[in-house]
Amino acid sequence: MRPEQGTMQSRAMAMAALMELLTDQPVIICNGFPSREAQKIADRPTHFYMIGSMGSAAAIGLGVALAKPKKQVVIFDGDGNVLMGMGTLATIGALKPKNFIHVVFDNEVYGTTGNQPTISNVVPLEKVAKAAGYVNVERVREREDLVYEFKDMLKKDGPSMLLVKVNEMVEDAGRVLLDPPDITKRFMQAIQ
Amino acid sequence: MIESDAFVQALQDIGVDFFTGVPDSILGGIIAELMERRIYVPAVREDEAVAMAAGAYMAGKIPAVLMQNSGLGTSLNTIISLNAIYRQPCILIVSWRGQHGKDAPEHLVMGEVMEPFLDLMKIPYRTLTEKTAVEDLKWLAETFMKQRVPVALLITKGVVKGLHP
Repeated sequence: MRPEQGTMQSRAMAMAALMELLTDQPVIICNGFPSREAQKIADRPTHFYMIGSMGSAAAIGLGVALAKPKKQVVIFDGDGNVLMGMGTLATIGALKPKNFIHVVFDNEVYGTTGNQPTISNVVPLEKVAKAAGYVNVERVREREDLVYEFKDMLKKDGPSMLLVKVNEMVEDAGRVLLDPPDITKRFMQAIQ
Repeated sequence: MIESDAFVQALQDIGVDFFTGVPDSILGGIIAELMERRIYVPAVREDEAVAMAAGAYMAGKIPAVLMQNSGLGTSLNTIISLNAIYRQPCILIVSWRGQHGKDAPEHLVMGEVMEPFLDLMKIPYRTLTEKTAVEDLKWLAETFMKQRVPVALLITKGVVKGLHP
């Protein structure tokens, strides 16, 4: 039994709450359901939807953040993705990009492939990030805490990680509609 | 032998303005020069470096990733399911360990299969030589701009000055 089970919100609800607070920030969204859900909630040209290369969301975002130091870059990541590219937490912690906000929707499963468990139930990823050198890290569950902490991180120098415990519920969202080269082009134009 | 600073300058002259990667001894001189110029972002894995380069490209940079050829194996999925399908080019500066079967055991297989591997992956490549260096770099820039795919420049031992010549 998961200790935090009970009143958790879905990832889509949490994501929608955060998207309300975003305007023209570049947002890198990890592959699988998170990209599909983000597209359904609000399809913005500043979204980079990943459809493959699992584990790379933070590294892609880091490249954007380093190249555009005046733009705040947001990553919508998952626990499976972070675990797969965990070395990148160290790269980010060492480089300390101030304009980097790493949101991790942690549902403790590989949702897109059938809810096989990850190991984030016993590995607190925000503590790994803190140890690696992230400046701000928070772990939240309730919607009001999520909104409060995210607003706070938008005002602070990062790198920051906001880990959001979410339930396993998935929105009925179709595949990412744009062709990948068009996602690249649209995103490039939007963040110029 | 090409001096490391001349090689780095030549890359900057063709427009490369974002450098990341994972070290190799053959690339040691180049990386030392990049670090001296404070333009090198060290990565912990080659696939991370490739993904970081993809982000930098989308933010307007012309990225180069330095790696040992073993890193091609590590980067394979990122090159396929990020760069290739999203049309995100990057310049791969790859050291050719295990060339002609003369190297430590861990380099021999990749050293032998690297060229057919690159062909199979549809990654255009050239091997840098001192004689053809100007053309090689011109080809690198043109292929990057025209084809919008990852393009590799292979560096064999002794062509660019290393840390311990």
